[in-house]
Amino acid sequence: MRTVHVSEITENIKEMCIEANHFLTEDMKCALTTGAKEEKAPLGRQILEQLQENLNIAGEDMIPICQDTGMAVIFMEIGQEVHFEGGILEEAINEGVRKGYTEGFLRKSVVNDPIVRENTKDNTPAVIHYEMVPGDKVKITVAPKGFGSENMSRVFMLKPADGIEGVKNAILTAVKDAGPNACPPMVVGVGIGGTFEKCALMAKKALTRPVNVRSDIPYVCEMEKELLHKINCSGIGPGGLGGSTTALAVNINTYPTHIAGLPVAINICCHVNRHAVRVI
Amino acid sequence: MDRHINVPMNQETAISLHAGDYVYISGTIYTARDAAHKRMYEALERGEKLPLDMEDNVIYYMGPSPARTGRPIGSAGPTTASRMDKYAPSLMDLGLKGMIGKGKRNQAVKDAVVRNKAVYFAAVGGAGALLSKSIIASEVIAYDDLGTEAIRRLEVKDFPVIVVMDSEGNDLYETAVAEYRVDC
Repeated sequence: MRTVHVSEITENIKEMCIEANHFLTEDMKCALTTGAKEEKAPLGRQILEQLQENLNIAGEDMIPICQDTGMAVIFMEIGQEVHFEGGILEEAINEGVRKGYTEGFLRKSVVNDPIVRENTKDNTPAVIHYEMVPGDKVKITVAPKGFGSENMSRVFMLKPADGIEGVKNAILTAVKDAGPNACPPMVVGVGIGGTFEKCALMAKKALTRPVNVRSDIPYVCEMEKELLHKINCSGIGPGGLGGSTTALAVNINTYPTHIAGLPVAINICCHVNRHAVRVI
Repeated sequence: MDRHINVPMNQETAISLHAGDYVYISGTIYTARDAAHKRMYEALERGEKLPLDMEDNVIYYMGPSPARTGRPIGSAGPTTASRMDKYAPSLMDLGLKGMIGKGKRNQAVKDAVVRNKAVYFAAVGGAGALLSKSIIASEVIAYDDLGTEAIRRLEVKDFPVIVVMDSEGNDLYETAVAEYRVDC
């Protein structure tokens, strides 16, 4: 048994909220650089170059990459040999978000109730997903999610008879409908299988996989490549203003499912696909 | 075609802009997004005056992140315009000449753009740090309690946007995407 004080969780999450909103991971930066080189449309190239310049300004001047600094989505992979002390874990996580968004000059975009809609003024609560894993470590992923692209995400409860073609069509439909609203070039996170909520969670988690890493399941890997190619043939392009760089990656996760179902979730992320990862 | 314009803008300027033009805007614009639009719409329904005159003005659909000390504003990129579709036609009918946002608009907005000889511009979504550099000054002028959603008056210098919908009814989102679509 290893003991972790919850104040350590708070401090790390605070720093990770600020880090994720000012710096993209190397894989995302590389994908944007490649996109700018290969983009066919002149305006599309100009936009991709502006996005790179935007990243430089964000890091150097500590201005958030995007003003929508998101709702804080946090994945907690907790080793089953870890014991937390010093307070309630969930409160410690939210305290980290509160401090990060307040001290880091990040936008407070969370309302207390979906209908009443009063801003909580500190961006809490976070959306927290807990997973118990072997070992005595805690892996924290902070993934602030903006809602321009979140609003364009979809869940399809397909029939088994729809098969792989049905899945591909669902993904292409979601991307086409998202178009300029989702701030392309996008990253497309997909969950296939499980249940209604499991596929949505897989789609969200797929967005945290580096964009240059493909699935290790051969047919899924092929589908990721084929769909990326097809999405980039759509013409949507950077900013939705036409071009050949509509998506940077399609990341698909799968899970066993029921004999009667084929759930598919598509979680679309803009080019500001943010996440910070730490292991404590 | 690259253009430099000053805002507020008159009808002549609005008519001279065409879908696809890359435009640098200088002058005064106003921010308003979901909650501010809802309040303005409700004020109009009650027959009350709006907190800003729409005539010849440009509204930027944007809610910034907080400014650090010594800076006029934080990150300041566009939000999705379609959420304002319900409200935009009434504002254009009152003289609003331009909207800056990102993403598709509905037919009612397109019709109002043509009817009022207005313009819908897109700014690059997710480039809030870069766009903040073209904002010289920012001041909350109404609905302060809405925080990031308050109405702000912005002074901008060479603020970069692209004309998406023009007064003739052209829509760059449709034409440009069709141009680069390939069968595969």
